[in-house]
Amino acid sequence: MPPRVLILGIGNLLWADEGFGVRVAQALQRDYIFPENVTVMDGGTQGLALIPYVQESDVLIIADAVDFGLTPASLLEARDEDVPAYLHSGKTSLHQVSFQEVLALCKLMGRGPEQLYLVGVQPVDMKDYGGSLTPEVKAQLEPAIARILARLGELGLPAQPKPGRDGPADALDMAQYERHRPSAETACRIGDARFLPGDPG
Amino acid sequence: MTVTQTPNGFTLNDAGKRIVVDPVTRIEGHMRCEVNVDEHSIISNAVSSGTMWRGLEVILKGRDPRDAWAFTERICGVCTGTHALTSVRAVEDALGISIPENANSIRNIMQLTLQAHDHLVHFYHLHALDWVDVVSALKADPKATSELAQSISPWAKSSAGYFHDIASRLKKFVESGQLGPFGNGYWGNPAYRLPPEANLMAVAHYLEALDFQKEIVKIHTVYGGKNPHPNWLVGGVPCAINVDGVGAVGAVNMERLNLVSSIIDQTIEFIEQVYLPDLQAIASFYKDWLYGGGLSATNVLSYGDIPEKANDRSVNNLLLPHGAIINGNLKEVHEVDLKDPEQIQEFVTHSWYKYDDENRGLHPFDGVTQPNFALGRNTKGTRTNIENLDESAKYSWIKAPRWRGHAMEVGPLARYIVGYAKGIPEIKEPVDKLLTDLGLPLTALFSTLGRTAARGLEAQYCAHLMRHFQDKLVSNIKAGDLATANTAKWEPDTWPKEAMGAGTTEAPRGALGHWIKIKDGKIDNYQCIVPTTWNGSPRDPKGNIGAFEASLMNTKVENPDQPLEILRTLHSFDPCLACSTHVMDKDGREVTRVKVR
Repeated sequence: MPPRVLILGIGNLLWADEGFGVRVAQALQRDYIFPENVTVMDGGTQGLALIPYVQESDVLIIADAVDFGLTPASLLEARDEDVPAYLHSGKTSLHQVSFQEVLALCKLMGRGPEQLYLVGVQPVDMKDYGGSLTPEVKAQLEPAIARILARLGELGLPAQPKPGRDGPADALDMAQYERHRPSAETACRIGDARFLPGDPG
Repeated sequence: MTVTQTPNGFTLNDAGKRIVVDPVTRIEGHMRCEVNVDEHSIISNAVSSGTMWRGLEVILKGRDPRDAWAFTERICGVCTGTHALTSVRAVEDALGISIPENANSIRNIMQLTLQAHDHLVHFYHLHALDWVDVVSALKADPKATSELAQSISPWAKSSAGYFHDIASRLKKFVESGQLGPFGNGYWGNPAYRLPPEANLMAVAHYLEALDFQKEIVKIHTVYGGKNPHPNWLVGGVPCAINVDGVGAVGAVNMERLNLVSSIIDQTIEFIEQVYLPDLQAIASFYKDWLYGGGLSATNVLSYGDIPEKANDRSVNNLLLPHGAIINGNLKEVHEVDLKDPEQIQEFVTHSWYKYDDENRGLHPFDGVTQPNFALGRNTKGTRTNIENLDESAKYSWIKAPRWRGHAMEVGPLARYIVGYAKGIPEIKEPVDKLLTDLGLPLTALFSTLGRTAARGLEAQYCAHLMRHFQDKLVSNIKAGDLATANTAKWEPDTWPKEAMGAGTTEAPRGALGHWIKIKDGKIDNYQCIVPTTWNGSPRDPKGNIGAFEASLMNTKVENPDQPLEILRTLHSFDPCLACSTHVMDKDGREVTRVKVR
């Protein structure tokens, strides 16, 4: 039996680089065909609601923007027991159920993935509300996708490029999302002043 | 020290010790709460603050109204679909678009599924730990636990061996030191009253409810094409029906209609054999803990939802009740007009926003969302590190919505009080039965426990309504009606130059409204009033306190360093501040600070 693989992009695409994981998942869904037992999911900011999907996987591949103190826009890879440490932040879900807790609960329930693989990006900007990925982080989409595809290759489950695009673009398609963004005068783009260190507000 | 009498009947006294809880955990989003307690540890003043800037509305300006649902679905991690439904309803109202009966049934099933799922997750995963002591469960005798479980429910998973297995898994988990979701509990606090066996039973069902999610989410996958983030469509639903089709992709076929039907049966069974017996068993240990009523005894509001017939929002067509009750007069249920500028208004006197005239409220059609972070002169601390808020000035990112000037509570308890007042049998009879079984009077309903109980009863009602609409959908399909969408007004060139509309749902947490203005085919203004805006609202210009604040008043806090009672009551509302969007946490850590000053 080939392993069941879940590729999960997490984060909030309304907050600039925090949308990285979701954009990775969307690009994979748009451009590739996967073997039957590989699922690509845009997990958004869901917390506990992702447990059923995580539990049903043998290999969990996560794409996310994770703050690990590296040079902005660098990519990070982590495997297995090294993964949860990067997912402590609680920002996965505003439920204050961090993805680390999701994995802990899977353990308590006695069922969950045996292998973990994380492709993370160090965000440049997560404070640009309504904004898209910064150019530096956007440039990491293709390398991140390449790593995920390589990981699938290692598992003997290669994805195939889709010959053409199917159907019209999603309402949240990155290009459309960017093109129709209101101006900064119309729509305040900053976060809560108290959480913006150094910002005189 | 000041003593103030609020117009909505509370005496505020800020003389005693101040307790600060920030952030309030196990909620969606970020919230801070400050209370003063008197010399008997009774709460004498309460201040609730949403600590996030909310700005979803402004990023929608200029976008295609047909896409708004997809953005609103991203505001928050829990009620994705309910925002999407509210949004498509607002657009349809503005443009005069009607939807087919099948679309109405499918939308209702999706909304009811969300309601049942959300209530279940809230009870077990966000709220039960306010009543259930996980660490005490380790002391339980599995055999006695089995006897307890079998005495209250026919649910099959109830053997001594089963509970023994759960207890050993829990023990291993706790001993690993990785407490995960159980990491920040006030275990051993005297406010916990359940015997170890009841605690163990509840922990077992906590895990079963997590597992049950995998079934219930399939309904959204069938009708919404995918989950999480199902698809929605202005004019109907985006799924075609082909009864003769096969397989798990493409149009909805008989195989998948049968799948939904069997999941609905399982949902009813889980709620009736696990959730409700647990609720009643837990309640029986807390039935003299009747704090937390707040505004529920006087002012409640529900927009109503789940239209029986498509395109009819009249009061009698809504299966979740519509109406407002004020001043505790259950004999009179008022109709609420979403478009009357005198009825629903938002104030910002105590909110970090700017209006030209802050003594006046604005109807959502005229709403503005312009941030203005300013602190009162009695604030303690600095702008970036507030020790105590000054509630006489601006103190929250949440606006203060009012109905005809009244602060209102919304949510399952509000819906159940409105339904009870109207004498709707599907609502009144189960409430009366639960109260009788617990030996409690009607007034006990107006409490934290009542809020938690109403949610459970509503989950049951919603699960049965899922059955009703699934049967209705199938018989309509069998009669040959396969329509799921009306595309007559899909193209913007069929729209008027300017249009405005309102859409509502009853979200799991309460009344949710979106108001939209469309101009030249684009969104000109968009305003949401979410349930937690009602419940979590700060004071208004007249000094009325909001529902969270009111609910904390006069509660005894056994141990101010462990404000379990505060969390218990706030959690009973199932607060969701994420609709107010996001937090910029400097190091991304979630540490609740409880400060007593």
